Amino acid sequence: MPNLATEVSSSLGTTKQSKNEVIIALNKIAKRYEMGGEAFYALNHLDLKIYKNDYLAIIGPSGSGKSTLMNLLGCLDYPTSGEYVLKDKNVALMDESELAGIRNLEIGFIFQSFNLLPRATALQNVMQPLIYRGIGLKERKRQAEQTLTRVGLKDRMHHIPNQLSGGQRQRVAIARALVTNPSILLADEPTGNLDSSTTAEIMELFDELHRDGQTLIVVTHEQEIAARCHRVIRLNDGELVSDTFNNTVVSGKSEVVYV
Amino acid sequence: MSSFLFKVIESTRAAALSVKAHGFRSFLTTLGIIIGVTSVIAVVSVMQGLSGSITKQFDGMGTNVLNINSFTPKKERLQGQRAKLNYRDFLEIKYKVSGISNITPTVMAMGANAVAQYKGESTTTQVTGTGSSYQMLYGVYPEQGRFFNLSDDKSRRRVAVLGPSLIDKLEIKGEVLGQYLMIGGEWFKIIGVLEKRGKIFGFDQDDYILLPYSTTHALLGGAEEPDIMISMQVDDALQIDAIKQHISNLLRRNHNLVDDQGDDFKITTAEQMLETVNNITSTTTLVLSGVVGISLLVGGIGIMNIMLVSVTERTREIGIQKALGATRVDILLQFLIEAIFLCLIGGLIGLALGYGAGALVSHLVDLPAATVPGWAIALSLGFSAGVGIVFGIIPAAKAANLDPIDALRYE
Repeated sequence: MPNLATEVSSSLGTTKQSKNEVIIALNKIAKRYEMGGEAFYALNHLDLKIYKNDYLAIIGPSGSGKSTLMNLLGCLDYPTSGEYVLKDKNVALMDESELAGIRNLEIGFIFQSFNLLPRATALQNVMQPLIYRGIGLKERKRQAEQTLTRVGLKDRMHHIPNQLSGGQRQRVAIARALVTNPSILLADEPTGNLDSSTTAEIMELFDELHRDGQTLIVVTHEQEIAARCHRVIRLNDGELVSDTFNNTVVSGKSEVVYV
Repeated sequence: MSSFLFKVIESTRAAALSVKAHGFRSFLTTLGIIIGVTSVIAVVSVMQGLSGSITKQFDGMGTNVLNINSFTPKKERLQGQRAKLNYRDFLEIKYKVSGISNITPTVMAMGANAVAQYKGESTTTQVTGTGSSYQMLYGVYPEQGRFFNLSDDKSRRRVAVLGPSLIDKLEIKGEVLGQYLMIGGEWFKIIGVLEKRGKIFGFDQDDYILLPYSTTHALLGGAEEPDIMISMQVDDALQIDAIKQHISNLLRRNHNLVDDQGDDFKITTAEQMLETVNNITSTTTLVLSGVVGISLLVGGIGIMNIMLVSVTERTREIGIQKALGATRVDILLQFLIEAIFLCLIGGLIGLALGYGAGALVSHLVDLPAATVPGWAIALSLGFSAGVGIVFGIIPAAKAANLDPIDALRYE
């Protein structure tokens, strides 16, 4: 089982160039919680590899461990045991401030509720992560403006979140995640608070980012969203129950399912 | 270190935005600090202005002036005994002690003798008899006319030198010099009016009359010999202690004091008097500052309270910042600097208000102009920043220690 995913992706390598580079490798990763004296595994010794330019959806019913996995991948949480290698660094052993640095350098977060700083303008929101990188005001501004233009918010830069629509807010959030040029983009139910037409727009943007070579991980419970991604993993009770590639986009329906 | 500086600058920028975003709340938060610093600066500026002007008055005296007063210990005073210095003591010192000059006796007129009358107007004032060298000793100069001289004293001329306030009090009109007024039932000719000295704590420093010593002596009558004060100048400041000793020996012998009896007089230098005054003002400053320090403490608690509320309120924001890569130190600095920023703004406002209040109070109670010394500015701003650090650290640590996942989930 461990190397199946690699084989699959190499077999698909013919249709997509250089998908071999492993960005994330989870090795027997486990997260245990104690509730009312009873221990249970939110993640039960999971193995997972994520490759460069993956367009991955994580699905599963609530309580399946999606959020826990998302938090672990986003370096917001520590595993109870196991190894998490992100770009050749074992993140599981890092201390809090090193993790903060990793979050800043390697990970772009996109949340269901946008999580923009409410009193800051779109531009200031996008500039925020660059502060923690020690980039000066002028350069921050330049990069943020560039990224906002890229997500199509050129003339909304000086609006605060309250003055923006849901779709625009999520675009600001995407710009904020992109501005640091992260290794992976982690989206947690990115369209959960959006109507269907805005959802389509946002997913369009995701497709575009993927085409540009971005690695995307989308946690969702919506089938349409998952169908849009190129690889879908399904969690249940903290276990990986399926790892599927939909090649609908490239070559119609061809699925490989592992249990 | 430059990255630390970068963080400080960014945190200050964020603090300024946050303070601006919550303008009224920020104002209320710092109100404690504002009031605290305002009172410190008001008190200090008034006291400093006061002690500055007192020092200036003493400066005119010169530091090598000696004063001798009679002194009765409390116990003997309770038994109805009173020590006295008299004219003989004065003559004794004048002729037997060398190295002194401008020695002059001073006597106060009491009761009816301290009442001055002029054309139906009558007022009680401070009537002092003194020698012509008084002018040299205390550096007082007549604004009009002249001070009395040796011959006025020798021939007991009935001449008076007035403090400027008396002209108003007695409603003397026209040319003051050469007019007559009645003191203790005798007519005196006005020969001089002295310079204005102003008011301290509402006490008029210009409400007095100076008469020649011999004239005053005669005015007081011979029934009871008056208690006098003797002032002199020591020619060589280094000789002060030796001269004090000499005078002391002389007076003890004159007063027939035996070995185990204490002195019935006190020799003080102008410097000692200045020191006493300064002690009083600095003690007052210290006590008031203590009271004010407590108000700053209360202000600090106010800051901490609001900062704690603010941390709770911004929990989600903190979570977002942490997700974006803010470290514990980033968050700690942000909130700490916000607290310091608030306190410093409060301190600056307090500084301005305090100076205004000090100037106003000085003006209203006739004190010399308030001055704010540099150390008070540095101290109050330093104290404000200190309050910010001390009371900001707990909320800042609370913010820094938030778990990013919990903080992101916080509603």
